[in-house]
Amino acid sequence: MNRLALFVPLVLFVVLGIFLFKGLDRDPTELPSALVGEAFPQFSMPSLYQQRLLSKDDFAGQVVLVNVWATWCFACRIEHPMLNQLAQQGVKIIGLNYKDQNQQAQQWLQKHGNPYLFNIVDAQGTLGFDLGVTGAPETYLVDAQGIIRHRRVGVVDQGIWDREFKHRYQQLLGEGE
Amino acid sequence: MIAELGHAALIIALGLALIQAIVPMVGSFSGHSSWMRLGYSMSLGQLVFVALSFVCLAMAFLADDFTLSYVAKNSNSELPYYYKISALWGAHEGSLLLWALILATWSAAVALFSRTLPLLLGARVLSILGAISVGFTLFLLLTSNPFERLLPMSPAQGTDLNPLLQDFGLIVHPPTLYMGYVGFAVPFAFAIAALIGGQFDSAWARWVRPWVNLAWVFLTLGITLGSWWAYYELGWGGWWFWDPVENASLMPWLAGTALMHSVSATEKRGVFRSWTLLLAIFAFSLSLLGTFLVRSGVLTSVHAFAADPERGVFMLAFLALVVGGSLMLFALRGPAMRKVADYSGWSRELMLLVNNVLLISAMTMILVGTLYPLIADVLEIGKISVGPPYFNFFFVPLMIGLAVAVGIAAFTRWKSTEARLLRDKTKLPLLVSLLCALILPLFLGADYSPSAAITLFAVFWLLATIGVDLKDKLGGNLGRITKLSRSYLGMQLAHSGLAICMLGVGLSIAYDESRELRMEPGQSAMVANYQFQFVGIDKIAGPNFTADRGQIRLLKQGQLITSLYPEKRHYNSGGQMMTEAAIDPSLTRDIYVSLGEPLANGAWAVSLQVKPFVRCIWLGGLMVALGGLLAAIDRRYRRRKAPKSSDLSAQGAIL
Repeated sequence: MNRLALFVPLVLFVVLGIFLFKGLDRDPTELPSALVGEAFPQFSMPSLYQQRLLSKDDFAGQVVLVNVWATWCFACRIEHPMLNQLAQQGVKIIGLNYKDQNQQAQQWLQKHGNPYLFNIVDAQGTLGFDLGVTGAPETYLVDAQGIIRHRRVGVVDQGIWDREFKHRYQQLLGEGE
Repeated sequence: MIAELGHAALIIALGLALIQAIVPMVGSFSGHSSWMRLGYSMSLGQLVFVALSFVCLAMAFLADDFTLSYVAKNSNSELPYYYKISALWGAHEGSLLLWALILATWSAAVALFSRTLPLLLGARVLSILGAISVGFTLFLLLTSNPFERLLPMSPAQGTDLNPLLQDFGLIVHPPTLYMGYVGFAVPFAFAIAALIGGQFDSAWARWVRPWVNLAWVFLTLGITLGSWWAYYELGWGGWWFWDPVENASLMPWLAGTALMHSVSATEKRGVFRSWTLLLAIFAFSLSLLGTFLVRSGVLTSVHAFAADPERGVFMLAFLALVVGGSLMLFALRGPAMRKVADYSGWSRELMLLVNNVLLISAMTMILVGTLYPLIADVLEIGKISVGPPYFNFFFVPLMIGLAVAVGIAAFTRWKSTEARLLRDKTKLPLLVSLLCALILPLFLGADYSPSAAITLFAVFWLLATIGVDLKDKLGGNLGRITKLSRSYLGMQLAHSGLAICMLGVGLSIAYDESRELRMEPGQSAMVANYQFQFVGIDKIAGPNFTADRGQIRLLKQGQLITSLYPEKRHYNSGGQMMTEAAIDPSLTRDIYVSLGEPLANGAWAVSLQVKPFVRCIWLGGLMVALGGLLAAIDRRYRRRKAPKSSDLSAQGAIL
């Protein structure tokens, strides 16, 4: 019995090794979400600045980006200038402030600029859970019917915007008209 | 030409490492003492050739040889010479070469300073270090060759080193950290050699102890430097982010700390032998796992280096071989765990066990948190993101528990301690720490902060128990301090450092005050009794950047303390922007000012922060490292003749 106990670390390591091996094939920045092609989940959440509850109706009929961000998320700082630039070009971006604190989030937006039409406050991470958020930042492209069309885990920069989002976004805008 | 020389030197080093790995090990079984002795000269030769290779790469950097792909990607002719050298380890290939160099250094150090070791053990230790070196050198040559040429289309100018890495902190942080990581290869090699030979007694523990301490000292210093670098260089005042790369350094540190304590019990009392061996394997395995996680790209990180699956496969195969092989060896030859313990309640053995359980729990929870996104992804189950809230939730209580245990442990004796003695000794520290915890927060902040009270309790409990124990040992005569052993003084210094570090962490979080605001030239703002006057912005030029430099006058009660000059830098080559914070440091508080974005009308977004006691975090870290060093140079490790193995060795030889 005692001798068998000595095998425990080895067994644990083999299990860990299998996960690491499986993990190798996966690009951690590009996770196909089960939700792509499905409706953006329903929600009722407070707004960061307004004293009211937001819901899916607040962006119904528009093509929008939903950007998951938080002040504790380092990569969000890197991504932020790109979002500001997109907002200036007229892209509608909705913030999902994820597991964060309102005051800090507001200070953050004041400091770095606010590219968002409005911000959904998801302090508990419940909407994030429904969306399958793995962490911040993440960006979802949602069409006028409220269907998720694309998802990006990690920072969206100029290259990723050009490769993954731009054509989809313009196509969706074209469909709407 | 120089690059080809470096490449060739690396190949020769690989050859020497192969000989070092195979010949002494074979000799140790066949009994050829000359074969066994070969490891000593091979490891020195390896050091010479890896160092030559390293120097060649450094020369390529200094000469701006952009025909080398690695140099072109990470350097630039405008860089100052010291950053050209540190750019060498600014990315994957070069940092692996540094790894190899440091491994060769440790290996040579073992060869030079372990002449008193029995030849059999010494030969096997060096052979295992050689085998690790073979793995790393192969990894370098096959997947990450820094000497690869970009011919014939070589660029005229390099891309430049990431501006975040153009800093003094990056010159010293990676080498120190790697000294720690790789240093754990030595206890690992000792553990494997012991498992092969079936001998792990008190003598073995005494040989391995200074190596454990030294590696641990470097790792402690490396983590401290890294945290300090993040604090002043990332520009927003944080000093720990629970980033996968940071976790990768903290995990071996926790395992190494557990190992250091466990091996002391093995040396003094012959207990926890299988545990010590396992921790020695863990500490190095976690260093390797950290390398794998950072290099393979299975996890995203702010320290993101290019993700490369080919390297990942090699690293994983290496990891499987080293860790899987050693754990298999442990399972087959490890000493059977003894049920009957010859120590009782409140003994020092028990306290060391408590310490180990707390440290390993902390390590496990960090491992789970770091790998969770990966595991959840592979299993395709619900995705839960793991951020700082998770880590803080588990780590903080474990560390408070650790502080309490360390305080009690100071008074315990080996085998057993009378409960009455413990009660007597802990009375005063308990009183002092409770009083401090209740009263001090009243003066420290406007609102009574419970988290500060808990911090102060843990800190003063630790300091007071150390004080009481020191007083007992000195008997009221301070002159006797030179009579105390270095390992005892080192222990108390390291434990005090832990207290100081906790003080910094707890109070800087509890009393941190910060404002992010829009300031026009001439405007003032108040943060925590300090007045900040924004004088204005001027343009300055550095060696390879231009910057907007703000001037902020810092006043307290109308008196000018100093002027702070935070910068927003624009690097010429990559076009990257960098925030350079300005800090007015002191032991009890840091004033931290950084520039945000320029706004309309000459105004700027400015971040003003007052961080009480934040400097204690790194002061504590330094004390911990110094304590470890003091313990490592204890006189008893330097006896020329190895003491006779005690009767425990007879029990130690199993199978």
